[in-house]
Amino acid sequence: MNAATRVPSASGRPGFLGEVMDRTPGDNRLDLCIQCGSCGGSCPAGREMEHTPRRLFALIRADEREQVLRSNAPWYCVSCYYCTVRCPQEVHITELMYTLKAMAIEAGLFHDTSLPDFSETFVDYVEKYGRSFELGIATRFNLRHHPLSLTGMAPLGLGMLKRGRMDLTPHKIDNMAQLTAILDKAKALERGLQ
Amino acid sequence: MKALFYPGCSMQKNARPYLDSLQAIREDINLELQEIQDWNCCGATEYMSVHRVAAHALVGRNLALAREQAGDTDLLTAGCSACYLNLAKTDNQMREDAGLKDTVNQALAAGGLEYQPGAMKVRHLLDLVCHDIGYEAVKARVVKPLHGLKVAAYYGCQVVRPDYDGRWDNHEHPTSMDKLLAALGAEPVDWALKTQCCGGHMTVIGPDVAFGLIRRLIHGAQEAGADLVVTLCPMCQLNLDAYQVEMNKHFHTDYRVPVLYFTQLMGLAFGKKAKELGIGKEFVDAAPALSRIQAEAPKVAEAKRKRRPKPGDALPMPGME
Repeated sequence: MNAATRVPSASGRPGFLGEVMDRTPGDNRLDLCIQCGSCGGSCPAGREMEHTPRRLFALIRADEREQVLRSNAPWYCVSCYYCTVRCPQEVHITELMYTLKAMAIEAGLFHDTSLPDFSETFVDYVEKYGRSFELGIATRFNLRHHPLSLTGMAPLGLGMLKRGRMDLTPHKIDNMAQLTAILDKAKALERGLQ
Repeated sequence: MKALFYPGCSMQKNARPYLDSLQAIREDINLELQEIQDWNCCGATEYMSVHRVAAHALVGRNLALAREQAGDTDLLTAGCSACYLNLAKTDNQMREDAGLKDTVNQALAAGGLEYQPGAMKVRHLLDLVCHDIGYEAVKARVVKPLHGLKVAAYYGCQVVRPDYDGRWDNHEHPTSMDKLLAALGAEPVDWALKTQCCGGHMTVIGPDVAFGLIRRLIHGAQEAGADLVVTLCPMCQLNLDAYQVEMNKHFHTDYRVPVLYFTQLMGLAFGKKAKELGIGKEFVDAAPALSRIQAEAPKVAEAKRKRRPKPGDALPMPGME
């Protein structure tokens, strides 16, 4: 999408900034960032990130869509909300990270597919059964991305089974049809918002 | 006190000891829990990373079912941090964002449901125990005080932050669980890492990052003199307990700091049997630590004189690595 031809967004902000803000539910306040860096300084995974949240937000303002959506930063966010409670402008930083992940998946831009794939594997199980299924998620994810790690992880899995802390089969909720109808409608509405 | 109860996927299985110990102490603290019938997964931190808005509809179904089944209570509680936060977040953001409220309700209507934000009051289980049931009511039920047991109260992230409804005294150094554990007769240690991250989903997708975070926490608790870490979240327990073993392999270390749920310690103090509380299902055996519980309260030692710092002593820094 060309920023120059975009209609002004609901947030009233142009370009990529408006797009990110509009796609983040809640009063996210991204346009109020003052670039102080409290977020990056508070981040437990900051050392692993290609861009701190502060730098990402500067890039968003500069309309650097591709560079932002290629960054590993949102994928290393552990959702600890330290940045969110420390931000002097009360920007919903963690919430914005979720938006950037969803946008990166949609654009197919992130270079390492394993991180988005974990989220997508989780989503598949929820949409099929209505519940999470740890054994299935971990096995499918590791088979696809870290097949050699499976033998290393076997003691952990067996330990969970031995202690009665892991299911061998998934549980399905009763009214799966209702959940599917709700999610399908929500996704259709979400596409309309974009 | 009656509350609707959202157990969540973890409590059903990997955190079964949390659920079992909660069931065991429920009557002692006069807490009636009514499970939401046919609840679905909250989506953890993953659903929202793929479907930004539909994630709120996923949680919206649970809120709507809770409201429908609630009867004479408007309290809704969860024991898992992520489940609690997702319920609280959807409720809160539907309140502050009319567009989201409309979208979620249009989606819910496709399943014959609706939810008005604010209709349920979402509280984490620890919040209910500490702030609604209260320390005095807990203390009144203690028959076997946990004298001599040094505990590191570990809150993790998603209960005390972002704290939409202002339920906690501090976002980084809360004291509610410390007070609860003191009411049980245990001695909470003073430590700086009580709300630092356990690694979350990084144990699966980026173990090296997670191992660093886990080591920092386990080392910090041990350095503060804790016999065990006490948690309020299935993911924190799993990461600090099961992955402590993996972390030891990774760093060639030999930490053995057990990690139990606060409900398990409440059960012990209320005189329940360890087995009934799911104690023994942890990876790092808690028995040696629990054997330190004494019949009598330990005498308070006279305060030692502080050592005068020598030249060349480094400034105290957080123990990162």
